Amino acid sequence: MNGASRFWRIAAPVFVGAAVLLGWQAAVWFAGVPAYVLPGPWLIAKTLLHDGPSLLGALLVTLRITVAALALAIIVGGTLAILFSLSRLLEISLFPYAVILQVTPVVAIAPLIIIWVNDVFAALLVCATIVAFFPIVANTTLGLNSADRNLSDLFRLYDASRWQTLRLLRLPSALPLFLAGVRISGGLALIGAVVAEFVAGTGGAETGLASRIIEAGYRLEIPRMFAALLLLSLTGIAIFVVLSWLSRLLLRHWHESALDPTD
Amino acid sequence: MAENLLAATALAKSFRNGVVALAGVDLAVAPGEFVGVLGPSGCGKSTLLRIFAGLIEPSGGRVERAAGLVGRIGFVFQEPTLMPWATVADNVYLPLRLAGVTREAASPRITAMLASLGLGDFAKAYPRQLSGGMRMRVSIARALATEPALLLLDEPFAALDEITRFKLNEDLRVLWRQLRCTIIFVTHSVFESVFLTNRILVMTKRPGRIAADLAVELPETRDNALRLTERYADNCRTVSRHLAEAMT
Repeated sequence: MNGASRFWRIAAPVFVGAAVLLGWQAAVWFAGVPAYVLPGPWLIAKTLLHDGPSLLGALLVTLRITVAALALAIIVGGTLAILFSLSRLLEISLFPYAVILQVTPVVAIAPLIIIWVNDVFAALLVCATIVAFFPIVANTTLGLNSADRNLSDLFRLYDASRWQTLRLLRLPSALPLFLAGVRISGGLALIGAVVAEFVAGTGGAETGLASRIIEAGYRLEIPRMFAALLLLSLTGIAIFVVLSWLSRLLLRHWHESALDPTD
Repeated sequence: MAENLLAATALAKSFRNGVVALAGVDLAVAPGEFVGVLGPSGCGKSTLLRIFAGLIEPSGGRVERAAGLVGRIGFVFQEPTLMPWATVADNVYLPLRLAGVTREAASPRITAMLASLGLGDFAKAYPRQLSGGMRMRVSIARALATEPALLLLDEPFAALDEITRFKLNEDLRVLWRQLRCTIIFVTHSVFESVFLTNRILVMTKRPGRIAADLAVELPETRDNALRLTERYADNCRTVSRHLAEAMT
């Protein structure tokens, strides 16, 4: 990539963002839109600074559920994918149910889970994990089954055990797709956590950002609502950036996706 | 011959999709031979090699392998077939690792193999950093790491440019004389088979059979200068004639 296009890669979206924010602020000013309908970006920023400490506590709660759900999704999803790759029978027996779990809206099953699971944290964790685990299962299963055919033959020629083939051939082959799955699941875990919080409702001190958004909505504190929303978006972006960085770090020596195009 | 390393009798292979790859192949390979299998594309050469390696089962006929051959076969594919996530040294270590040899015990062997294929400086490089010819060298080093009694090569140099191919031909010939293992080399190039081997089996088009069993009348030690000699040209002519006959 040359210098000019690298400049525009950053400058172009920044320019668009700045233009939208300015337009928004101007529209709010000149049309005199009240803050309880649509606050301007300036007011949202001020609210975020002012309410930051109280929102940060809630963010931490949401983040804890998100991270735990992603970890659980990786463990459950990864284990399922490995089991699927070892047994075709297991894969065809269980995969449809993974799909069902994936396509059923979590909003619809969250109330049930919250009734069944007494502990709120655990209930939210289960909901977020259900939303997050599917991309990992699907991607990792695909990755484990797409090891190079000739390399598989080579392992057979040298009489490799199932375990050796899994560890030295299929797992490394699956790594790029697994990491792509984790990147998708990171965002989904956050969405799952927030949706589950919405369903669980407000109340109690140990509640997440979704509860702050609902509260602010009830009290018509719309700038605070936007501030919480902004915080949520930033968290989602941060999760994506961290997972992308991790993926590049792990694949930097060999995978096309992580190579510097000028190298 | 009782002391054959490998013998095939009435070997046949048909695939589930109805393709008959081999129909009645008979051949015997003695220890230490350098045999070329020459034939047109799709004549079943690769299938034959895969049957010898035990990667696929024949649908008819028999393969007899000498007792010393169990677990001592090396295979080089058309593509380098390296693990992209592993360094050159780790790729060469793979067969030894699968056999349960520790890194420390394998280390001298890996170093020696890399050195004899001119890869001494590339032990820590990743496959993507190497040229096609270098990758193929890694693939050969890996196949030789276990000190195989039989080395099977399936058109390993077909995708390389001619200059690289000539150099690799020379080096492979030297390696064979040093290691004294048995090599079966599949190719569709008359010139390559004549330069490399001592004996050429010409195959018919599909379904493949052995049409001719020819001895290559050339000195044991060969270098690129040989390619310009009359004797080399004579051998190529003879082999080409047999190949043309086999095609009809």
